[in-house]
Amino acid sequence: MEIIPLGDSALIVRVRERFEDAPEETLDEVLHIFQQLRSAAIPGVIELAPAYTSVAIFFDALQVAKASGQPDRAFDWLSEQIRAAVGRRTRDRRSLINRSLPRIVEIPVCYHAEFALDLDRVAEHTKLSAGEVVDLHCTAEYRVACIGFVPGFPFLTGLATKLATPRRDTPRKEIPPGSVGIGGAQTGIYPLRSPGGWNLIGRTPLKLFDPTKNPPALLQAGDRVLFRAITREEFAAFAERTAAKEALKR
Amino acid sequence: MSLIVERAGFFSSVQDLGRAGFRQFGVSTSGALDSIALRVANLLVGNEDGAAGLEITFGGLQLRFQDERMVAWCGGEFDVHAGVTPLPAGHAALVRPGEELKFGRPQIGCRAWLAISGGIDVAPILGSRSTDLRTNFGGLDGRALHDGDVLPLGPQRGSSRDVGTTEKISSCTGPHDWVSPAKRDPILRVIRGANWNRFTASTLQQFTSEPFAVSPDSDRMGARLDGPELKREDDVSLISEAVAPGTIQVPPSGKPILLLGDCQTIGGYPKIAHVITVDTGIAAQLRAGNHVCFSEVSLSDAHRLLLERERELERFRIGLSLQGS
Repeated sequence: MEIIPLGDSALIVRVRERFEDAPEETLDEVLHIFQQLRSAAIPGVIELAPAYTSVAIFFDALQVAKASGQPDRAFDWLSEQIRAAVGRRTRDRRSLINRSLPRIVEIPVCYHAEFALDLDRVAEHTKLSAGEVVDLHCTAEYRVACIGFVPGFPFLTGLATKLATPRRDTPRKEIPPGSVGIGGAQTGIYPLRSPGGWNLIGRTPLKLFDPTKNPPALLQAGDRVLFRAITREEFAAFAERTAAKEALKR
Repeated sequence: MSLIVERAGFFSSVQDLGRAGFRQFGVSTSGALDSIALRVANLLVGNEDGAAGLEITFGGLQLRFQDERMVAWCGGEFDVHAGVTPLPAGHAALVRPGEELKFGRPQIGCRAWLAISGGIDVAPILGSRSTDLRTNFGGLDGRALHDGDVLPLGPQRGSSRDVGTTEKISSCTGPHDWVSPAKRDPILRVIRGANWNRFTASTLQQFTSEPFAVSPDSDRMGARLDGPELKREDDVSLISEAVAPGTIQVPPSGKPILLLGDCQTIGGYPKIAHVITVDTGIAAQLRAGNHVCFSEVSLSDAHRLLLERERELERFRIGLSLQGS
């Protein structure tokens, strides 16, 4: 484990050097350390955020300096606190056994041609039929490695190697919210209207980011994700129900 | 009570000290790019230092007040008028009902922060009134101001006249470095980034000795810089990890990007260095054509400077409260 400054008010706890070699194991370890650090409630720590192989810690340098008693050693003091919090993990075997299982989130996706603008491109590149692409995509089990790029955007691991397709040469200027895409060896869902270069193969009627809710994102790092194929009619019905709910809220 | 945005200017938005606690969901910091400027302006008008104010980019903003308020601003070299009276940076002024406050174009720098007694009372979203301009929430309808907008103002603490003096413009001001931080060709102090050692020795030497020009393609997400090409020892692709405002990342083009408050939460480009917190206010003033140099300091120097600044701010706060009583 390495602790590296990210400026003077944040740092990165790098748990492992590589991710692809053992994604599941790496993610479990990173999330466990994320939880350990969260429960340690180290003075001056503002927030934590996991990503692939690391956990970022954002802190109030003034509070850390105060808590450490030695302003010149604020970073060293914080590093010691982090190592102590993470060290506790190995001594307490029960915490390893009792560690909570990841949530499973099922996401309905409509792979209808209207939403699957690049399905043919993916089929052509992977030398599969469009139907096979959809089947492969919605039968795999995915895991959220981290949330980023835009709020609520899940970087998912678990895409069938066969489905890997290079990003589009020219990114689209605007992608509708809920679009499901493949970019290289990754798959993800665009939570918001945004530009993007991934190949679009479907759309979910679910809202992945809602700043009026807490937590504001549907998914979090570590979640297991299943895609369930829905028809165009189901998509429309779902969208309608959501709209009605929103109207009621107002 | 409220105030009317007669002209929104080039680009103005509601900002406070930013949003914390939601980075794990990909939510950016947002907030005033120069937090000390907003804090000092707020203290000058009798607000809590974290009250929401306006961030004004390239001026052109014109406001009309409906009730009596104290105002103060800090930032670049702007011509500002309260009614017909020029209002210099870092001085509180009393604005009367119906009176206008106007920001001209900046001579040096590009941004200013305006505090109004009572603060801008938009609803906090995810713990902050800042506008998230990338995702479009917070602030006023999640967007930059438009002509004709009406901004809600909060209740003032005591009478506005309790702050400073009965003169239109208070003679009291904050330290010059805080109220007018803009420089044409600044030196920004940096500490080493996680991937410092991945760059060639000559690149590291150039990075800390040669000037970089600020590109017009810069915004609240980051300032794009053009100078000597920053070359790496290898081209191994890195796993995405956290970035933060102040991070200087280097994409394959070799042209560095200095990330600012609206930057995304994670990135995969190598991080060569980070601008220290006390210099982020200077970075927030960079505009196309400026040249910036980087000078390396240690992490403990960065912390010592931050502590000193905070102690000085505390003295300033106490000084103001003594004057008000």
